Amino acid sequence: MQTPLTKNIKPERDFATLDNYLETGGYDGLRKAVTEMDSLQVQQTVKDSGLKGRGGAGFPTGMKWSFVPMGEDAPTTKYFVVNADEMEPGTFKDRVLMEKDPHQLVEGIIIGSYAIRASAAYIFLRGEYFLSAERLSAAIAEAYDKGYLGKNILGSDYSLELYLHTSAGRYICGEETALLNSLEGKRANPRAKPPFPQVSGLWGKPTIVNNVETVCNLPHILHYGPDWFAELGVGADNGTKLFGASGRVKKPGVWELPMGTTIREILDEHAGGMQDGYKLRGLLPGGASTDFLVPEHLDVAMDFDAIAAAGSRMGTGTMIILDDHTCPVQMVLNLSQFFSQESCGWCTPCRDGLPWVVVLLQDLIDGKGRPEDLDLLLRQTRTLGPGTTFCALAPGAMEPLQSALKYFREDFEKYLSQPVAAGAQ
Amino acid sequence: MNNSAATIAEESRLSEQEIAEINEEASHYEQKSGASIEALKIVQKYRRWVSDDSLKQIAELLGMSPEELDGVATFYNLIYRQPVGRKVILCCDSVSCWMLGANDVQDGISQRLGIGLGETTEDDEYTLLPIVCLGACDHAPVMMVDDVLHHDVDEKQLDKIFENRK
Repeated sequence: MQTPLTKNIKPERDFATLDNYLETGGYDGLRKAVTEMDSLQVQQTVKDSGLKGRGGAGFPTGMKWSFVPMGEDAPTTKYFVVNADEMEPGTFKDRVLMEKDPHQLVEGIIIGSYAIRASAAYIFLRGEYFLSAERLSAAIAEAYDKGYLGKNILGSDYSLELYLHTSAGRYICGEETALLNSLEGKRANPRAKPPFPQVSGLWGKPTIVNNVETVCNLPHILHYGPDWFAELGVGADNGTKLFGASGRVKKPGVWELPMGTTIREILDEHAGGMQDGYKLRGLLPGGASTDFLVPEHLDVAMDFDAIAAAGSRMGTGTMIILDDHTCPVQMVLNLSQFFSQESCGWCTPCRDGLPWVVVLLQDLIDGKGRPEDLDLLLRQTRTLGPGTTFCALAPGAMEPLQSALKYFREDFEKYLSQPVAAGAQ
Repeated sequence: MNNSAATIAEESRLSEQEIAEINEEASHYEQKSGASIEALKIVQKYRRWVSDDSLKQIAELLGMSPEELDGVATFYNLIYRQPVGRKVILCCDSVSCWMLGANDVQDGISQRLGIGLGETTEDDEYTLLPIVCLGACDHAPVMMVDDVLHHDVDEKQLDKIFENRK
Protein backbone atom coordinates (compact mmCIF):
# COMPACT_ATOMS: atom_id res chain seq x y z
CA MET A 1 0.00 0.00 0.00
CA GLN A 2 1.93 2.98 -1.33
CA THR A 3 -0.51 5.83 -0.82
CA PRO A 4 -2.38 5.03 2.37
CA LEU A 5 -3.60 8.56 3.08
CA THR A 6 -5.26 9.13 -0.28
CA LYS A 7 -6.21 5.60 -1.33
CA ASN A 8 -9.90 6.27 -0.77
CA ILE A 9 -9.88 9.55 -2.70
CA LYS A 10 -11.15 8.89 -6.21
CA PRO A 11 -12.02 11.47 -8.88
CA GLU A 12 -15.30 9.74 -9.74
CA ARG A 13 -16.83 10.37 -6.33
CA ASP A 14 -17.17 13.40 -4.06
CA PHE A 15 -15.87 11.63 -0.97
CA ALA A 16 -15.45 8.20 0.61
CA THR A 17 -18.59 7.08 2.44
CA LEU A 18 -18.49 4.78 5.47
CA ASP A 19 -19.04 1.79 3.18
CA ASN A 20 -16.25 2.93 0.87
CA TYR A 21 -14.02 3.33 3.93
CA LEU A 22 -14.81 -0.11 5.35
CA GLU A 23 -14.13 -1.77 1.98
CA THR A 24 -10.44 -0.86 2.10
CA GLY A 25 -9.79 -2.01 5.66
CA GLY A 26 -11.35 0.92 7.45
CA TYR A 27 -11.52 0.66 11.27
CA ASP A 28 -9.36 -2.52 11.23
CA GLY A 29 -6.56 -0.50 12.81
CA LEU A 30 -8.89 0.64 15.57
CA ARG A 31 -10.19 -2.88 16.12
CA LYS A 32 -6.65 -4.19 16.49
CA ALA A 33 -5.73 -1.40 18.89
CA VAL A 34 -8.64 -1.64 21.31
CA THR A 35 -9.20 -5.40 21.22
CA GLU A 36 -5.65 -6.77 20.96
CA MET A 37 -3.38 -4.10 22.42
CA ASP A 38 -3.22 -1.93 25.47
CA SER A 39 -2.70 1.83 25.29
CA LEU A 40 1.03 1.72 25.99
CA GLN A 41 1.51 -0.87 23.25
CA VAL A 42 -0.24 1.46 20.81
CA GLN A 43 2.11 4.24 21.90
CA GLN A 44 5.11 1.98 21.34
CA THR A 45 3.88 1.05 17.86
CA VAL A 46 3.62 4.70 16.90
CA LYS A 47 7.03 5.41 18.42
CA ASP A 48 8.52 2.51 16.45
CA SER A 49 7.00 3.81 13.23
CA GLY A 50 9.00 7.03 13.49
CA LEU A 51 5.95 9.13 12.64
CA LYS A 52 6.71 12.84 12.96
CA GLY A 53 4.17 15.63 13.24
CA ARG A 54 2.78 16.79 9.92
CA GLY A 55 1.58 20.21 11.08
CA GLY A 56 4.87 21.95 10.51
CA ALA A 57 7.08 21.25 13.52
CA GLY A 58 7.95 17.62 12.74
CA PHE A 59 8.15 16.52 16.37
CA PRO A 60 8.17 12.72 16.86
CA THR A 61 4.56 11.81 17.64
CA GLY A 62 5.25 8.82 19.89
CA MET A 63 7.60 10.92 21.98
CA LYS A 64 5.05 13.72 22.28
CA TRP A 65 2.50 11.22 23.58
CA SER A 66 4.94 9.69 26.07
CA PHE A 67 4.79 12.74 28.33
CA VAL A 68 1.10 12.20 29.09
CA PRO A 69 0.71 10.66 32.56
CA MET A 70 -0.56 7.10 32.24
CA GLY A 71 -1.42 4.25 34.56
CA GLU A 72 -3.58 3.82 37.63
CA ASP A 73 -2.54 7.04 39.34
CA ALA A 74 -2.95 9.20 36.25
CA PRO A 75 -5.79 11.73 36.00
CA THR A 76 -8.91 10.21 34.46
CA THR A 77 -9.82 13.34 32.52
CA LYS A 78 -7.49 13.66 29.53
CA TYR A 79 -8.01 15.19 26.11
CA PHE A 80 -7.00 14.41 22.54
CA VAL A 81 -7.31 17.42 20.27
CA VAL A 82 -6.90 17.54 16.51
CA ASN A 83 -5.51 20.76 15.10
CA ALA A 84 -7.61 21.22 11.97
CA ASP A 85 -7.06 24.97 11.90
CA GLU A 86 -5.19 24.86 8.57
CA MET A 87 -4.41 28.52 7.87
CA GLU A 88 -0.73 28.62 6.99
CA PRO A 89 -0.75 30.53 3.67
CA GLY A 90 0.05 28.21 0.81
CA THR A 91 -1.27 25.17 2.69
CA PHE A 92 -4.27 23.17 1.52
CA LYS A 93 -3.58 19.55 2.39
CA ASP A 94 -5.69 18.91 5.50
CA ARG A 95 -8.76 20.21 3.69
CA VAL A 96 -8.45 17.42 1.13
CA LEU A 97 -8.15 14.73 3.80
CA MET A 98 -11.16 15.96 5.75
CA GLU A 99 -13.46 16.64 2.80
CA LYS A 100 -12.70 13.49 0.86
CA ASP A 101 -12.09 10.79 3.52
CA PRO A 102 -13.52 11.99 6.83
CA HIS A 103 -13.63 8.52 8.44
CA GLN A 104 -9.86 8.22 8.16
CA LEU A 105 -9.48 11.16 10.50
CA VAL A 106 -12.19 9.86 12.84
CA GLU A 107 -10.54 6.44 13.12
CA GLY A 108 -7.15 8.08 13.70
CA ILE A 109 -8.60 10.22 16.48
CA ILE A 110 -10.04 7.22 18.31
CA ILE A 111 -6.71 5.36 18.05
CA GLY A 112 -4.74 8.37 19.29
CA SER A 113 -7.21 8.94 22.10
CA TYR A 114 -6.94 5.29 23.13
CA ALA A 115 -3.15 5.55 23.13
CA ILE A 116 -3.23 8.24 25.80
CA ARG A 117 -6.51 7.05 27.43
CA ALA A 118 -8.21 10.35 26.64
CA SER A 119 -11.74 10.67 28.03
CA ALA A 120 -12.83 13.09 25.32
CA ALA A 121 -11.55 14.31 21.96
CA TYR A 122 -12.13 17.50 20.00
CA ILE A 123 -11.59 18.43 16.40
CA PHE A 124 -10.64 22.12 16.30
CA LEU A 125 -11.73 22.94 12.74
CA ARG A 126 -11.27 26.31 11.10
CA GLY A 127 -14.63 27.96 10.61
CA GLU A 128 -14.22 28.58 6.87
CA TYR A 129 -14.06 24.82 6.13
CA PHE A 130 -17.85 24.38 5.94
CA LEU A 131 -17.76 21.29 3.75
CA SER A 132 -15.28 19.57 6.08
CA ALA A 133 -17.57 20.41 9.02
CA GLU A 134 -20.54 18.86 7.24
CA ARG A 135 -18.69 15.68 6.29
CA LEU A 136 -16.97 15.25 9.65
CA SER A 137 -20.24 15.77 11.57
CA ALA A 138 -21.88 13.07 9.49
CA ALA A 139 -18.91 10.73 9.88
CA ILE A 140 -18.85 11.21 13.65
CA ALA A 141 -22.57 10.37 13.87
CA GLU A 142 -21.99 7.24 11.77
CA ALA A 143 -19.08 6.23 13.99
CA TYR A 144 -21.25 6.51 17.11
CA ASP A 145 -23.90 4.37 15.39
CA LYS A 146 -21.39 1.65 14.65
CA GLY A 147 -19.98 1.60 18.16
CA TYR A 148 -16.62 3.10 17.22
CA LEU A 149 -17.37 6.01 19.58
CA GLY A 150 -19.24 6.33 22.85
CA LYS A 151 -19.30 3.77 25.63
CA ASN A 152 -17.33 0.51 25.44
CA ILE A 153 -15.90 0.89 21.96
CA LEU A 154 -16.06 -2.39 20.03
CA GLY A 155 -16.90 -4.15 23.25
CA SER A 156 -13.75 -2.98 25.05
CA ASP A 157 -13.55 -1.13 28.35
CA TYR A 158 -12.60 2.07 26.54
CA SER A 159 -15.11 4.90 26.05
CA LEU A 160 -14.67 8.18 24.17
CA GLU A 161 -16.75 11.23 23.32
CA LEU A 162 -15.75 13.16 20.19
CA TYR A 163 -16.82 16.76 19.63
CA LEU A 164 -16.45 18.93 16.56
CA HIS A 165 -15.60 22.57 17.36
CA THR A 166 -15.64 25.03 14.50
CA SER A 167 -13.60 28.16 14.96
CA ALA A 168 -14.18 31.75 13.86
CA GLY A 169 -10.96 32.73 12.11
CA ARG A 170 -7.46 33.86 13.26
CA TYR A 171 -4.27 32.12 12.21
CA ILE A 172 -2.83 32.07 15.73
CA CYS A 173 -5.41 29.43 16.67
CA GLY A 174 -3.13 26.99 14.88
CA GLU A 175 -0.54 27.47 17.63
CA GLU A 176 -1.10 24.56 20.00
CA THR A 177 -1.52 26.50 23.25
CA ALA A 178 -3.45 29.37 21.64
CA LEU A 179 -5.74 26.68 20.24
CA LEU A 180 -6.37 25.38 23.74
CA ASN A 181 -7.28 28.87 24.94
CA SER A 182 -9.63 29.24 22.00
CA LEU A 183 -11.19 25.86 22.76
CA GLU A 184 -11.79 27.17 26.29
CA GLY A 185 -13.77 30.01 24.73
CA LYS A 186 -11.15 32.71 25.25
CA ARG A 187 -9.02 34.98 23.06
CA ALA A 188 -6.43 32.84 21.32
CA ASN A 189 -3.31 34.09 23.07
CA PRO A 190 -0.62 31.41 23.41
CA ARG A 191 0.47 30.11 26.81
CA ALA A 192 3.90 29.90 28.36
CA LYS A 193 5.51 26.46 28.23
CA PRO A 194 6.24 24.77 30.65
CA PRO A 195 3.81 23.51 31.74
CA PHE A 196 3.40 21.56 28.50
CA PRO A 197 -0.07 20.56 27.35
CA GLN A 198 0.68 16.88 28.06
CA VAL A 199 0.73 17.76 31.74
CA SER A 200 -1.56 20.80 31.84
CA GLY A 201 -3.51 21.51 28.67
CA LEU A 202 -7.21 21.94 27.99
CA TRP A 203 -8.88 23.06 31.23
CA GLY A 204 -5.56 22.22 32.91
CA LYS A 205 -5.86 18.51 32.11
CA PRO A 206 -3.32 16.34 30.25
CA THR A 207 -3.83 17.06 26.55
CA ILE A 208 -2.31 16.05 23.24
CA VAL A 209 -2.69 18.29 20.18
CA ASN A 210 -1.89 16.66 16.83
CA ASN A 211 -2.28 17.81 13.22
CA VAL A 212 -4.91 16.29 10.90
CA GLU A 213 -2.41 14.62 8.57
CA THR A 214 -0.44 13.18 11.49
CA VAL A 215 -3.60 11.59 12.92
CA CYS A 216 -4.66 10.26 9.49
CA ASN A 217 -1.52 8.09 9.49
CA LEU A 218 -2.52 6.24 12.68
CA PRO A 219 -5.08 3.75 11.22
CA HIS A 220 -2.52 2.59 8.68
CA ILE A 221 0.37 2.31 11.13
CA LEU A 222 -1.81 0.14 13.35
CA HIS A 223 -3.17 -1.86 10.42
CA TYR A 224 0.00 -2.48 8.42
CA GLY A 225 2.58 -2.11 11.19
CA PRO A 226 5.46 0.27 11.98
CA ASP A 227 7.97 -1.51 9.73
CA TRP A 228 5.76 -1.02 6.69
CA PHE A 229 5.57 2.69 7.52
CA ALA A 230 9.34 2.97 7.82
CA GLU A 231 9.84 1.45 4.38
CA LEU A 232 7.59 3.99 2.69
CA GLY A 233 10.02 6.87 3.08
CA VAL A 234 12.95 7.26 0.66
CA GLY A 235 14.97 9.66 2.79
CA ALA A 236 15.67 9.99 6.48
CA ASP A 237 12.00 10.20 7.46
CA ASN A 238 9.36 7.49 7.40
CA GLY A 239 6.00 7.26 5.73
CA THR A 240 4.41 9.31 3.02
CA LYS A 241 3.56 12.99 3.01
CA LEU A 242 1.05 15.18 1.26
CA PHE A 243 3.23 17.54 -0.75
CA GLY A 244 1.84 20.47 -2.71
CA ALA A 245 2.69 23.43 -4.88
CA SER A 246 0.92 26.71 -5.62
CA GLY A 247 1.93 29.73 -7.64
CA ARG A 248 2.81 29.90 -11.32
CA VAL A 249 3.28 26.20 -11.95
CA LYS A 250 1.40 24.41 -14.69
CA LYS A 251 -0.53 22.06 -12.39
CA PRO A 252 -0.85 23.38 -8.84
CA GLY A 253 -2.11 20.68 -6.52
CA VAL A 254 -1.39 18.25 -3.70
CA TRP A 255 0.08 14.74 -4.06
CA GLU A 256 0.86 11.92 -1.64
CA LEU A 257 4.50 10.94 -2.12
CA PRO A 258 7.21 9.22 -0.09
CA MET A 259 8.91 11.36 2.54
CA GLY A 260 12.24 12.35 1.03
CA THR A 261 10.99 12.99 -2.50
CA THR A 262 13.11 15.77 -4.00
CA ILE A 263 11.83 19.27 -4.60
CA ARG A 264 12.67 18.84 -8.27
CA GLU A 265 10.48 15.77 -8.61
CA ILE A 266 7.50 17.48 -6.96
CA LEU A 267 7.94 20.60 -9.07
CA ASP A 268 8.67 19.00 -12.45
CA GLU A 269 6.91 15.65 -12.42
CA HIS A 270 3.81 16.49 -10.43
CA ALA A 271 3.33 20.25 -10.67
CA GLY A 272 4.27 20.18 -14.35
CA GLY A 273 7.06 22.69 -14.04
CA MET A 274 6.75 26.45 -14.41
CA GLN A 275 4.07 27.98 -16.63
CA ASP A 276 5.24 28.99 -20.10
CA GLY A 277 7.12 32.27 -19.99
CA TYR A 278 7.96 31.98 -16.28
CA LYS A 279 11.17 30.84 -14.63
CA LEU A 280 11.73 29.61 -11.09
CA ARG A 281 13.31 32.20 -8.84
CA GLY A 282 12.76 30.57 -5.46
CA LEU A 283 10.29 28.77 -3.24
CA LEU A 284 9.04 28.53 0.33
CA PRO A 285 9.09 24.76 0.89
CA GLY A 286 6.49 24.52 3.63
CA GLY A 287 4.18 27.51 3.62
CA ALA A 288 4.52 31.19 4.43
CA SER A 289 6.61 30.84 7.58
CA THR A 290 9.55 28.98 6.01
CA ASP A 291 12.84 30.31 4.59
CA PHE A 292 13.26 30.73 0.84
CA LEU A 293 15.17 28.09 -1.07
CA VAL A 294 16.49 28.80 -4.57
CA PRO A 295 17.09 26.76 -7.78
CA GLU A 296 20.41 25.41 -6.45
CA HIS A 297 18.32 23.50 -3.87
CA LEU A 298 16.10 21.65 -6.33
CA ASP A 299 17.71 18.28 -5.63
CA VAL A 300 17.28 18.53 -1.86
CA ALA A 301 15.02 15.83 -0.40
CA MET A 302 11.80 16.97 1.21
CA ASP A 303 12.34 15.59 4.67
CA PHE A 304 12.75 17.49 7.90
CA ASP A 305 16.52 17.15 8.29
CA ALA A 306 17.52 17.71 4.65
CA ILE A 307 15.47 20.90 4.31
CA ALA A 308 16.80 22.12 7.66
CA ALA A 309 20.36 21.49 6.49
CA ALA A 310 19.60 23.58 3.39
CA GLY A 311 18.64 26.46 5.68
CA SER A 312 14.85 26.23 5.71
CA ARG A 313 12.01 24.19 7.27
CA MET A 314 9.87 21.54 5.65
CA GLY A 315 6.89 22.91 7.54
CA THR A 316 3.61 21.76 6.00
CA GLY A 317 5.27 20.49 2.81
CA THR A 318 3.10 22.62 0.56
CA MET A 319 5.43 24.82 -1.47
CA ILE A 320 4.82 28.39 -2.55
CA ILE A 321 6.63 29.06 -5.83
CA LEU A 322 8.23 32.43 -6.58
CA ASP A 323 8.45 33.06 -10.32
CA ASP A 324 10.69 35.56 -12.09
CA HIS A 325 7.83 37.99 -12.88
CA THR A 326 6.89 38.39 -9.20
CA CYS A 327 8.84 40.83 -7.08
CA PRO A 328 10.28 39.08 -4.02
CA VAL A 329 10.08 42.30 -1.99
CA GLN A 330 6.38 42.68 -2.73
CA MET A 331 5.86 39.01 -1.93
CA VAL A 332 7.55 39.46 1.44
CA LEU A 333 5.40 42.56 2.01
CA ASN A 334 2.24 40.51 1.38
CA LEU A 335 3.49 37.83 3.78
CA SER A 336 4.43 40.43 6.41
CA GLN A 337 1.01 42.05 6.16
CA PHE A 338 -0.52 38.64 6.82
CA PHE A 339 1.61 37.94 9.89
CA SER A 340 1.22 41.47 11.20
CA GLN A 341 -2.57 41.43 11.11
CA GLU A 342 -2.72 37.91 12.56
CA SER A 343 -0.53 38.71 15.55
CA CYS A 344 -2.53 38.07 18.70
CA GLY A 345 -1.06 41.24 20.22
CA TRP A 346 0.23 39.67 23.40
CA CYS A 347 3.96 40.32 23.23
CA THR A 348 5.73 43.49 22.22
CA PRO A 349 8.24 42.28 19.62
CA CYS A 350 5.48 40.68 17.52
CA ARG A 351 2.70 43.21 18.10
CA ASP A 352 4.87 46.25 17.47
CA GLY A 353 7.68 44.77 15.39
CA LEU A 354 5.60 43.22 12.61
CA PRO A 355 3.68 46.40 11.67
CA TRP A 356 7.02 48.19 11.68
CA VAL A 357 8.41 45.64 9.20
CA VAL A 358 5.33 46.26 7.02
CA VAL A 359 5.90 50.03 7.09
CA LEU A 360 9.59 49.63 6.26
CA LEU A 361 8.81 47.36 3.29
CA GLN A 362 5.97 49.57 2.04
CA ASP A 363 8.14 52.69 2.28
CA LEU A 364 10.90 50.90 0.39
CA ILE A 365 8.50 49.96 -2.40
CA ASP A 366 7.05 53.47 -2.49
CA GLY A 367 10.49 54.98 -3.06
CA LYS A 368 10.79 56.38 0.46
CA GLY A 369 13.33 53.82 1.70
CA ARG A 370 16.72 54.74 3.12
CA PRO A 371 19.86 52.58 2.75
CA GLU A 372 19.97 51.90 6.48
CA ASP A 373 16.44 50.39 6.28
CA LEU A 374 17.91 47.14 4.99
CA ASP A 375 20.07 46.87 8.10
CA LEU A 376 17.03 47.76 10.19
CA LEU A 377 15.04 44.97 8.56
CA LEU A 378 17.86 42.55 9.23
CA ARG A 379 17.95 43.65 12.87
CA GLN A 380 14.20 42.99 13.09
CA THR A 381 14.78 39.42 12.01
CA ARG A 382 16.83 38.99 15.18
CA THR A 383 14.63 41.04 17.50
CA LEU A 384 11.61 39.02 16.37
CA GLY A 385 13.59 35.80 16.10
CA PRO A 386 13.39 32.57 18.08
CA GLY A 387 13.80 33.01 21.82
CA THR A 388 12.59 36.60 22.04
CA THR A 389 8.86 36.23 21.48
CA PHE A 390 6.07 34.45 23.33
CA CYS A 391 5.36 32.03 20.48
CA ALA A 392 6.64 31.11 17.03
CA LEU A 393 4.44 33.43 14.92
CA ALA A 394 6.92 36.31 14.68
CA PRO A 395 9.99 34.07 14.23
CA GLY A 396 8.05 32.34 11.46
CA ALA A 397 7.29 35.70 9.87
CA MET A 398 10.98 36.50 9.88
CA GLU A 399 11.93 33.37 7.92
CA PRO A 400 10.82 34.60 4.48
CA LEU A 401 12.21 38.08 5.25
CA GLN A 402 15.66 36.99 6.37
CA SER A 403 16.05 34.57 3.49
CA ALA A 404 14.80 37.13 0.95
CA LEU A 405 17.41 39.59 2.23
CA LYS A 406 19.99 36.84 1.76
CA TYR A 407 19.00 35.59 -1.71
CA PHE A 408 17.29 38.61 -3.28
CA ARG A 409 19.23 41.50 -1.81
CA GLU A 410 19.58 43.20 -5.19
CA ASP A 411 15.78 43.37 -5.49
CA PHE A 412 15.63 45.27 -2.22
CA GLU A 413 18.49 47.54 -3.28
CA LYS A 414 16.80 48.28 -6.61
CA TYR A 415 14.07 50.12 -4.72
CA LEU A 416 16.66 52.38 -3.14
CA SER A 417 18.04 53.55 -6.47
CA GLN A 418 14.84 53.33 -8.54
CA PRO A 419 11.76 54.61 -6.69
CA VAL A 420 9.42 53.12 -9.35
CA ALA A 421 7.86 49.82 -8.18
CA ALA A 422 9.16 46.98 -10.37
CA GLY A 423 6.83 44.17 -9.40
CA ALA A 424 3.98 41.85 -10.12
CA GLN A 425 0.59 43.52 -10.09
CA MET B 1 -22.84 50.02 27.79
CA ASN B 2 -25.63 49.29 30.24
CA ASN B 3 -24.79 45.77 31.29
CA SER B 4 -28.12 44.56 32.50
CA ALA B 5 -29.75 41.97 30.25
CA ALA B 6 -33.07 42.91 31.83
CA THR B 7 -33.34 46.10 29.81
CA ILE B 8 -33.29 44.39 26.42
CA ALA B 9 -35.97 45.09 23.82
CA GLU B 10 -38.37 42.29 22.93
CA GLU B 11 -37.14 41.81 19.34
CA SER B 12 -33.57 41.53 20.55
CA ARG B 13 -34.31 38.75 23.03
CA LEU B 14 -32.65 35.47 22.14
CA SER B 15 -35.14 32.90 20.89
CA GLU B 16 -35.74 29.54 22.57
CA GLN B 17 -34.07 27.93 19.58
CA GLU B 18 -30.93 30.04 19.96
CA ILE B 19 -30.78 29.35 23.68
CA ALA B 20 -31.27 25.61 23.15
CA GLU B 21 -28.48 25.48 20.57
CA ILE B 22 -26.13 27.44 22.81
CA ASN B 23 -26.85 25.20 25.78
CA GLU B 24 -26.22 22.10 23.66
CA GLU B 25 -22.78 23.42 22.68
CA ALA B 26 -22.05 24.44 26.26
CA SER B 27 -22.59 20.84 27.39
CA HIS B 28 -19.47 19.80 25.42
CA TYR B 29 -17.10 21.67 27.72
CA GLU B 30 -16.04 21.54 31.35
CA GLN B 31 -17.23 25.14 31.72
CA LYS B 32 -20.09 26.83 29.84
CA SER B 33 -17.83 29.70 28.84
CA GLY B 34 -16.00 27.22 26.60
CA ALA B 35 -18.85 27.58 24.13
CA SER B 36 -18.48 31.35 23.75
CA ILE B 37 -17.32 31.22 20.13
CA GLU B 38 -19.98 28.72 19.10
CA ALA B 39 -22.61 30.79 20.89
CA LEU B 40 -21.59 33.93 19.03
CA LYS B 41 -21.73 32.02 15.74
CA ILE B 42 -25.16 30.60 16.56
CA VAL B 43 -26.62 34.03 17.18
CA GLN B 44 -24.87 35.34 14.11
CA LYS B 45 -26.40 32.55 12.04
CA TYR B 46 -29.87 33.90 12.86
CA ARG B 47 -29.17 37.63 13.02
CA ARG B 48 -26.15 38.13 10.68
CA TRP B 49 -24.16 40.01 13.32
CA VAL B 50 -23.71 40.27 17.09
CA SER B 51 -25.25 43.38 18.61
CA ASP B 52 -24.59 44.66 22.13
CA ASP B 53 -27.99 43.26 23.18
CA SER B 54 -27.12 39.81 21.82
CA LEU B 55 -23.74 39.98 23.46
CA LYS B 56 -25.17 40.79 26.90
CA GLN B 57 -27.60 37.87 26.76
CA ILE B 58 -25.03 35.36 25.55
CA ALA B 59 -22.67 36.50 28.29
CA GLU B 60 -25.35 35.97 30.92
CA LEU B 61 -26.16 32.48 29.57
CA LEU B 62 -22.52 31.46 29.72
CA GLY B 63 -21.59 33.03 33.03
CA MET B 64 -19.21 35.57 31.53
CA SER B 65 -19.08 39.34 31.79
CA PRO B 66 -20.11 41.20 28.60
CA GLU B 67 -16.65 42.78 28.51
CA GLU B 68 -14.95 39.38 28.58
CA LEU B 69 -17.23 38.09 25.83
CA ASP B 70 -16.68 41.24 23.76
CA GLY B 71 -12.96 40.62 24.07
CA VAL B 72 -13.56 37.21 22.52
CA ALA B 73 -16.00 38.48 19.88
CA THR B 74 -13.66 41.18 18.64
CA PHE B 75 -10.68 38.81 18.46
CA TYR B 76 -12.04 36.55 15.75
CA ASN B 77 -12.21 37.44 12.04
CA LEU B 78 -15.57 35.83 11.38
CA ILE B 79 -17.56 37.34 14.26
CA TYR B 80 -19.18 40.59 13.15
CA ARG B 81 -19.82 43.25 15.77
CA GLN B 82 -21.30 45.55 13.14
CA PRO B 83 -24.21 44.92 10.79
CA VAL B 84 -23.34 43.11 7.57
CA GLY B 85 -25.33 42.47 4.42
CA ARG B 86 -27.42 39.37 3.75
CA LYS B 87 -24.38 37.82 2.08
CA VAL B 88 -20.75 38.27 3.10
CA ILE B 89 -18.07 38.03 0.41
CA LEU B 90 -14.68 37.01 1.76
CA CYS B 91 -11.90 37.68 -0.74
CA CYS B 92 -8.57 35.95 -0.01
CA ASP B 93 -5.58 38.29 -0.19
CA SER B 94 -2.81 35.97 1.01
CA VAL B 95 0.31 35.15 -0.94
CA SER B 96 -0.74 32.58 -3.57
CA CYS B 97 -4.01 34.37 -4.39
CA TRP B 98 -2.10 37.67 -4.46
CA MET B 99 0.34 36.21 -7.01
CA LEU B 100 -2.47 34.88 -9.17
CA GLY B 101 -4.80 37.88 -9.36
CA ALA B 102 -6.58 38.51 -6.05
CA ASN B 103 -6.39 42.26 -6.65
CA ASP B 104 -8.21 41.85 -9.98
CA VAL B 105 -10.91 39.79 -8.29
CA GLN B 106 -11.40 42.48 -5.68
CA ASP B 107 -11.54 45.19 -8.36
CA GLY B 108 -13.98 43.08 -10.37
CA ILE B 109 -16.30 42.77 -7.38
CA SER B 110 -16.03 46.46 -6.53
CA GLN B 111 -16.90 47.39 -10.10
CA ARG B 112 -19.98 45.18 -10.18
CA LEU B 113 -21.26 46.03 -6.72
CA GLY B 114 -20.02 49.58 -6.27
CA ILE B 115 -18.47 48.87 -2.87
CA GLY B 116 -14.95 48.68 -1.52
CA LEU B 117 -13.47 46.51 1.23
CA GLY B 118 -15.44 46.76 4.46
CA GLU B 119 -18.48 48.24 2.73
CA THR B 120 -22.05 47.02 2.21
CA THR B 121 -24.23 47.58 -0.87
CA GLU B 122 -27.05 50.08 -0.44
CA ASP B 123 -29.71 47.40 -0.75
CA ASP B 124 -28.00 45.50 2.08
CA GLU B 125 -27.40 42.45 -0.10
CA TYR B 126 -23.58 42.16 0.00
CA THR B 127 -20.72 43.08 2.31
CA LEU B 128 -17.18 42.77 0.91
CA LEU B 129 -14.37 41.80 3.27
CA PRO B 130 -10.79 40.65 2.85
CA ILE B 131 -9.83 37.31 4.41
CA VAL B 132 -6.59 35.44 4.97
CA CYS B 133 -5.62 32.18 3.28
CA LEU B 134 -8.68 30.00 2.66
CA GLY B 135 -6.69 26.83 2.13
CA ALA B 136 -7.40 26.28 -1.58
CA CYS B 137 -4.19 27.77 -2.98
CA ASP B 138 -3.94 25.31 -5.86
CA HIS B 139 -7.07 27.00 -7.25
CA ALA B 140 -6.08 30.60 -6.62
CA PRO B 141 -7.56 33.18 -6.69
CA VAL B 142 -10.23 32.11 -4.28
CA MET B 143 -13.17 33.73 -2.50
CA MET B 144 -16.18 32.73 -0.44
CA VAL B 145 -19.74 34.02 -0.60
CA ASP B 146 -21.22 32.97 2.75
CA ASP B 147 -20.31 29.28 3.01
CA VAL B 148 -19.75 28.66 -0.69
CA LEU B 149 -16.15 28.53 -1.91
CA HIS B 150 -15.48 29.91 -5.40
CA HIS B 151 -12.12 29.07 -6.89
CA ASP B 152 -10.12 29.93 -10.00
CA VAL B 153 -12.17 33.11 -9.94
CA ASP B 154 -12.09 35.08 -13.21
CA GLU B 155 -14.23 37.70 -14.94
CA LYS B 156 -16.56 35.04 -16.33
CA GLN B 157 -17.19 33.56 -12.90
CA LEU B 158 -17.77 37.00 -11.41
CA ASP B 159 -20.34 37.64 -14.15
CA LYS B 160 -22.13 34.45 -13.20
CA ILE B 161 -21.98 34.94 -9.44
CA PHE B 162 -23.19 38.52 -9.63
CA GLU B 163 -25.36 38.22 -12.73
CA ASN B 164 -28.25 40.19 -11.29
CA ARG B 165 -25.93 43.05 -10.48
CA LYS B 166 -24.74 44.23 -13.88
